[in-house]
Amino acid sequence: NDIQWCFSQVKGAVDDDVAEADIISTVEFNHSGELLATGDKGGRVVIFQQNKIQSHSRGEYNVYSTFQSHEPEFDYLKSLEIEEKINKIRWLPQKNAAQFLLSTNDKTIKLWKISERDKRPEGYNLKEEDGRYRDPTTVTTLRVPVFRPMDLMVEASPRRIFANAHTYHINSISINSDYETYLSADDLRINLWHLEITDRSFNIVDIKPANMEELTEVITAAEFHPNSCNTFVYSSSKGTIRLCDMRASALCDRHSKLFEEPEDPSNRSFFSEIISSISDVKFSHSGRYMMTRDYLSVKIWDLNMENRPVETYQVHEYLRSKLCSLYENDCIFDKFECCWNGSDSVVMTGSYNNFFRMFDRNTKRDITLEASRENNKPRTVLKPRKVCASGKRKKDEISVDSLDFNKKILHTAWHPKENIIAVATTNNLYIFQDKVN
Amino acid sequence: MSQKQEEENPAEETGEEKQDTQEKEGILPERAEEAKLKAKYPSLGQKPGGSDFLMKRLQKGAVNCLRAFPGVDEIQKYFDSGDYNMAKAKMKNKQLPSAGPDKNLVTGDHIPTPQDLPQRKSSLVTSKLAGGQVE
Repeated sequence: NDIQWCFSQVKGAVDDDVAEADIISTVEFNHSGELLATGDKGGRVVIFQQNKIQSHSRGEYNVYSTFQSHEPEFDYLKSLEIEEKINKIRWLPQKNAAQFLLSTNDKTIKLWKISERDKRPEGYNLKEEDGRYRDPTTVTTLRVPVFRPMDLMVEASPRRIFANAHTYHINSISINSDYETYLSADDLRINLWHLEITDRSFNIVDIKPANMEELTEVITAAEFHPNSCNTFVYSSSKGTIRLCDMRASALCDRHSKLFEEPEDPSNRSFFSEIISSISDVKFSHSGRYMMTRDYLSVKIWDLNMENRPVETYQVHEYLRSKLCSLYENDCIFDKFECCWNGSDSVVMTGSYNNFFRMFDRNTKRDITLEASRENNKPRTVLKPRKVCASGKRKKDEISVDSLDFNKKILHTAWHPKENIIAVATTNNLYIFQDKVN
Repeated sequence: MSQKQEEENPAEETGEEKQDTQEKEGILPERAEEAKLKAKYPSLGQKPGGSDFLMKRLQKGAVNCLRAFPGVDEIQKYFDSGDYNMAKAKMKNKQLPSAGPDKNLVTGDHIPTPQDLPQRKSSLVTSKLAGGQVE
């Protein structure tokens, strides 16, 4: 039974004139799926909370908290601007009443505590209700202050700031399954941190060559294995993935496994390396597989098999004959992310024209949907889209030349337990859910 | 968009000519695209994966920066912090309409307090995702 996806909500401004700060740069559900966090180019984080009161509106998310996570900085030594854009958000599993997340820009990672306050103490002896101190000589009796209910207030406070550990730009953060450590990766190095310790980190991967002229590849993404606390992977701009075991040595420059699909050298072109660059890598929830996203495809790898992926899904193969233009307008460098559903049976990734694609690994069926305000009646089933690569365009199909390459869906997220997805267009966040009968 | 550019490209072929080209360069559409690119930019290096390519990425970060076109420098650099602040001020003046009384005038009749000083980021705004109605 295929899922029928319905529109649930859209967040963000309607106007076409998008301020740069409003460009969404990351989307992430927490471990229960109850909270959904977004980060934007302006360094702000907005957290939405699922409405659990009514079962038919479980796909409804409302603003829970918003705060300024990062601000622009200036690196005085290099005379370079440090963007406040949030590159990644990762949630910590919940340990107590408060929620914790890590957010990072190019250089600094921050641990944020988001806590609720729904009571406040009243009846102090030495203070008035507004906080002013009473004249002690006027105090004639004593009373015990009590907690009284108040309107819910959600507060976000930075608990740790992990700075000055990255010379290059941070592209990934990933929390270890030990829930005590996490890694941060930039173009050339990966560091291991302890969540409690901010003044030092361990370098675990360093691919910087002694002579920068010899640089041939950079790190594009990194992630810890979901169950094995000693294992992590990192992907490269050359289309390879390396799996490393931290038990092997302190510096994991030598991989334990190298995942690479052999390429027919006669098929090589100027674009081959660019389009093979991996923009995202994600382990399956089970930990048995990992998924990589390169410019045109999504690949599923079995961790037990290094020499080729076990599944390959074409996202938008029709773009292969447009690579020249896509290189000229820089779209060929767009970094698409990908995600798994909770049961690892379906994978999702974005494309252009505000289209996004889902691939069912079991049925081998795929679908293209569009995130658009035109379908914004709640519980309207989304109509599948089709792109016509060449030849005669059928009714309801869209030709490749009509695609809007400014409308790109780079970030998508899937609720860990339910069929609810969050899809980010340039400045809007769409939430879709499966049809409720 | 540059899609228009492609239509005007003199290298575009139709019908039989296209088939010939495909046979020449293999069936690969990628190769045809590569030929188009090289026709437009003959000075383009053989391997884009060389150090120039990646060096620009390292310097600008993850955003578009990987052109190998000679002479095109897309790295945003400032001479010093003064230069940076001037550039930021110029950008702010362009973007923001004036917002009421000028908060900058604190000199003259009284010693400024922290409340009087203009905030470093007067354009700090709540994200639009957090504002407005829930649809």
